[in-house]
Amino acid sequence: MRAIVIDDSRAMRLILRRIVGQLGFDVIEAEDGKAALDTLNSESEVPNLALVDWNMPNMNGLEFVTAVRADGRFKDMTLVMVTTESEQSQIVRALAAGAHEYVIKPFTQGAMLEKLALLGLVPSGATA
Amino acid sequence: MQLSASDFAFIAAFIKREAAIVLAPGKEYLVQSRLAPVAREGGMRGVNELVYQLRQDPGPELRQAVIDSLTTNETSWFRDGEPFSALSQTILPGLLASRSVAKHLRIWSAGCASGQEPYSLAILLRDFLPAGWTFEIIATDISAEMIRKAEAGLFTQVEVNRGLPAAMLVHHFERVGAHWSVSEELRRSVTFQRLNLAAPLPPLGLFDLVFLRNVLIYFDVETKAEVLHRVTGTLRPDGLLFLGSAETTIGIDEGFERVAVGRAAAYRMRTAVPAGAAGRV
Repeated sequence: MRAIVIDDSRAMRLILRRIVGQLGFDVIEAEDGKAALDTLNSESEVPNLALVDWNMPNMNGLEFVTAVRADGRFKDMTLVMVTTESEQSQIVRALAAGAHEYVIKPFTQGAMLEKLALLGLVPSGATA
Repeated sequence: MQLSASDFAFIAAFIKREAAIVLAPGKEYLVQSRLAPVAREGGMRGVNELVYQLRQDPGPELRQAVIDSLTTNETSWFRDGEPFSALSQTILPGLLASRSVAKHLRIWSAGCASGQEPYSLAILLRDFLPAGWTFEIIATDISAEMIRKAEAGLFTQVEVNRGLPAAMLVHHFERVGAHWSVSEELRRSVTFQRLNLAAPLPPLGLFDLVFLRNVLIYFDVETKAEVLHRVTGTLRPDGLLFLGSAETTIGIDEGFERVAVGRAAAYRMRTAVPAGAAGRV
């Protein structure tokens, strides 16, 4: 299992890397949507999961999600927005663009694991 | 200041009497941390003074505040997942067949805390039941504060982050300032009432499903047996009881049998209890 963590904050990438790393994911990082797309295009193995911030330079998270959903190579990749954006209309936009889940910052490790469990990405019992 | 052994013993006896909850030695820190805000809000100097007042003649408000503080627990949406998957994949399809005449379901969420469980059930039923079906969810908790909060249906950002799928959040909730409010439709599906499971039950009618999850763990064996006996009287003969994943009726009430429902476990009443059935799964 492989995950890509996309966030312009190094600290946030570290937090997310630790959480999904514990679940057994092999984690790669990118600091914005554009860098993430470049990474995806250069790698042969498509990650199973992308954790995507919204507000980032170069290409924001919503643009990244839209681009990934339009590309058949990435159809099996689960997309989770992880952002401080918490307006109802923004969550609707992200889901409409193709995000599978939405986690609002700040979040606890337990909350993140519960969301990943909803997506079937956590072994049974790991959220207890 | 640390809670003295006699003050802890007093609080333990109080909460056992009022709510049948067992506070084992070693929970001093929990009691101290839960009661400190109650003392502060009551203008008292600390937990010691609160216990002193409780020993004298506490008004109903202080008694309730202490019960609330010691009985409220963390909860999340669709908690533990599997009972909810079992509901939508196995149990509800079965009920659609067996209740096809009445087209009505009754569910009891016992120990509902701030309402995540009954509202999760309401979301699931609204999304699942065909047109023409109705349902009723009764949600109870011993804490008056929790019932008020649940009834208000206002949840913080942190609370809605806990296990609630984003698609359900935007469909069934509305953003109100810093909070999320459950839709009027959901709120109308659930009736909340304060209820002490350790005392005789008011008339509740019969239920198709009872959710009594992570409640029995707070009781001693004798009270567990009493509570399960009371629940028996509220279940339809083919009704199902859900307990928390760390709880069981086995060794407590042999009137129930454990049944596997998908990846979850539930309990139903044995039609006839065979002699010497104790201990069987």
